[in-house]
Amino acid sequence: MTPVGLTHFLVLGAILFCLGLLAVITKRNAVTVLMGVELIINAANINFIAFARYSDKDLDGQMFGVFVIVIAAAGAAVALAIVLNIYQRMRSVNLDEADSLAG
Amino acid sequence: MSSFDIMFYVIGAITLFSAATMVFSKNIIYNAIGLLFAFFGVAGIFVMLGADFLAATQLLIYVGGVLVLLLFGVMLSQRITGLEMRTGTLQIIPAAVVCVGVAAILLRMFWMTPWQKVETGAPQPTTKSIGTLFMTDYLIPFEIVSVLLLAALVGAAFIGRRDAR
Repeated sequence: MTPVGLTHFLVLGAILFCLGLLAVITKRNAVTVLMGVELIINAANINFIAFARYSDKDLDGQMFGVFVIVIAAAGAAVALAIVLNIYQRMRSVNLDEADSLAG
Repeated sequence: MSSFDIMFYVIGAITLFSAATMVFSKNIIYNAIGLLFAFFGVAGIFVMLGADFLAATQLLIYVGGVLVLLLFGVMLSQRITGLEMRTGTLQIIPAAVVCVGVAAILLRMFWMTPWQKVETGAPQPTTKSIGTLFMTDYLIPFEIVSVLLLAALVGAAFIGRRDAR
């Protein structure tokens, strides 16, 4: 068994990404889809930090990680506001029922 | 097998199990709890990668902020009693095919690529250097992201108003 290195962290990030992708594609509830998006963002962040650790430039990847977290938080706030607005108008947060734009 | 390896496998297993709970559970509260432990696991992974400041930020913002926000979203948009808490799934077969395909491609690429080997020393505290970098090399992105955060805050408050038109 090889000692834990860069590849192990990348594989963990890849599996986490695919789980998030599965949630985004399959879930009907808009809030759960948002949770999947957060999972995907976390997986991307693991890759940033892993590459930062196993390369010469130690801190640049971590700076990117900080910015990723900030932008994810901003995105979550706006998306939640949109979800609440959809709920007020349609009394439901199921994505397949919010289809007033479909002809 | 060193203690570092054992720690990695334990934390990785916790993270993946919680993420799987989040994805496969039908109860939306279980989804949120699974996501909570997945965030904790990712923070542990950050610690193992020597990113102490980022691990603390992850806990503060994700566990303390985003997850509470998501739970508010759940509570405000579900009828708590009755069967409304269950969330359905759509297109499970094509989605599984797509996800397994993406996973296979990614994993194959990660295993096949000969990554350069760099000697990693013991992790150093990063908070001071990150603070210095924010005020020097990354000053412009820092300011831009502050304005973005302010705009997102105002926008979210505006969109979320009860009488938004």
